[in-house]
Amino acid sequence: MIEFFNMGGYAMFVWPSYAISALVLWLNWYLPRNQHRKLLRQLQSRHGSQQQ
Amino acid sequence: MFLWFHKFGSPPHFYRIAGKWIPWLSGLFLVLVTAGLFGGLIAAPPDYQQGDSYRIMFVHVPSAWMSMLVYVAMAVCGIIIMVWRMKLAEIVLISSAPIGASFTFLALVTGSLWGKPMWGTYWVWDARLTSELILLFLYLGIIGLHNAIEDKRVAARAVAILAIVGAVNVPIIHFSVEWWNTLHQGPTVTKFDKPSIYWSMLLPLLLMALSFQVYYVLALFQQCRAELLRRERNSKWVEEL
Repeated sequence: MIEFFNMGGYAMFVWPSYAISALVLWLNWYLPRNQHRKLLRQLQSRHGSQQQ
Repeated sequence: MFLWFHKFGSPPHFYRIAGKWIPWLSGLFLVLVTAGLFGGLIAAPPDYQQGDSYRIMFVHVPSAWMSMLVYVAMAVCGIIIMVWRMKLAEIVLISSAPIGASFTFLALVTGSLWGKPMWGTYWVWDARLTSELILLFLYLGIIGLHNAIEDKRVAARAVAILAIVGAVNVPIIHFSVEWWNTLHQGPTVTKFDKPSIYWSMLLPLLLMALSFQVYYVLALFQQCRAELLRRERNSKWVEEL
């Protein structure tokens, strides 16, 4: 197990590569999703106030 | 066929279909990426020259491939915009830009993290690295240009021209390692004869590449849905949602 995390001495290059890839891919997934939800909520409240 | 194309290109239809596909694409991506990571990090043996540092390849190479693939997709959208003025192509083009920029950024960062232990430096002004950096600037230029123009239909045409012209960089990146004498190694997979890599390393690499492609469609659909809603907020189909 320790051997696996050590990556033959290259741990400080291998793991940051994977970490930053995961972070950037997650951001590309999360940000538009969040924005989409916010827009939907905005539109709903606007639509609701028009009807009253 | 044409009818289908027309229907698929209509914003409300695309919005609905994309929404339906997103969970399936997420599942497929997770399966592929898990298999790829297992193959790449655990099952594949260390390289006889580079030890375990070569495992960076499993994120570096797919990112680099995707950085070019996304750009080609954007250039194709650019042509569609110039010829048919198709609204959906405008949205796909501009929604692709941040995803493509991310892949380019990842290719550069993971490449430099790989370069340090193998070449002894994080960065050199070599043909492959420089042309990939230019690609990043192209992406950022496209995003900036789109933000700078208020009328989004005009912005789309300006961005389309930039995307088409910039496409000249893609073959330069691909062939840079053959045209110039560079520090970056030559292609191992996309050669005309047999790839010079063992299947135990090639298979996870291809799995990761496939998962990144699925990811692109997934992220693109999500970005497109947000962009569509923002642009068409006053139209009738949005009100009906």
